[in-house]
Amino acid sequence: MSRLKLFIPVFVFLALAVLLWRGLYLDPRTLPSVLIDKPLPDFELRTVENASLITKADLPDEPFLLNVWGSYCLPCLQENPILMAAKEAGVLPIVGVNYKDKLNLARLWMDDNGSPFDFSVVDEDGRLGINLGVYGAPETFVVDGNGVIRYKHIGVIDYKAWEQEILPAIAAVKAEATL
Amino acid sequence: MRPLVLTSRTLQMVMLALWLTLGAGVTGSLSHRAEAAIDAFEFESDEQERRFRQMSNDFRCPMCQNTNLTGSGGGVAEDLRREIYLMIMDGKTDYEIEQFMLERYGDFIFYRPRLMTETLLLWFGPLAFLLLGGWIIAGIIRRARPQVQEKVVLNEEEQERLRTLLDGVKRE
Repeated sequence: MSRLKLFIPVFVFLALAVLLWRGLYLDPRTLPSVLIDKPLPDFELRTVENASLITKADLPDEPFLLNVWGSYCLPCLQENPILMAAKEAGVLPIVGVNYKDKLNLARLWMDDNGSPFDFSVVDEDGRLGINLGVYGAPETFVVDGNGVIRYKHIGVIDYKAWEQEILPAIAAVKAEATL
Repeated sequence: MRPLVLTSRTLQMVMLALWLTLGAGVTGSLSHRAEAAIDAFEFESDEQERRFRQMSNDFRCPMCQNTNLTGSGGGVAEDLRREIYLMIMDGKTDYEIEQFMLERYGDFIFYRPRLMTETLLLWFGPLAFLLLGGWIIAGIIRRARPQVQEKVVLNEEEQERLRTLLDGVKRE
């Protein structure tokens, strides 16, 4: 027993080492969203496309993606082909939130790169962003037909994230809707 | 006692000390002012300004992570400072503003973690480790201390044996 006691520091060291080693692989940037399963906040904003006024009631009444983007945001450009492909395949409607951007630059960006959005609302002062708990573009929400946030992806959507996170989240919400 | 003579050298030292203290204060307040000037908010009272400062210092910038709202030039930090300002001017209490932040950004937004079950280890872990360390050290010290012999009382018979033994030693 007293022999075993001698090894206590080794055990403590091993336990700490495992704990800290795992800690190295946690991503401090992906904060858990407190808005999951909460309804989208109210808003009244103009669209980038034709400046028509949009409120929460105008959002699709089926599951859709809400993608926070900006023309200044390189990862947004990076994930654009994936969103474009999803739009072409008719996976689900995609609504954009043009976050803290300049309208003319946003329009230019859409002309240059193509728009995956059914429409995009202009959140110039970032107030909708704050109400969505956004801290930087890109961020993407899966919203169900009742306007409730069901999943949030922070940062760029690459193929891996699309296949392994977003699509399953969409499938889960859609499966629920058909029940 | 020797009277204090103000030689040019002592005078120099006193002036230097004065400058260092005052100078530090002046530059300190200057930088503070520069920091606050970024937003240029107008307050109606010092109390409102104090609350704004306090809260900008206590909330974490969600984007830059290891900076508070005051120290961050990030877009979202700027927006959050504006929201705090508007809420203060709107007569919202500190608690209401905290709830506003909490509902949107979660516990992460507090630079100073709130005391709750999940943060007990964070708050009291160091103290627990300190106590554990103290306890271990106390144990080691107690064990290392030389054992104090109890006073041995000999009965008559033992006393007699001791005497004969000692006598034997003396004779040799």
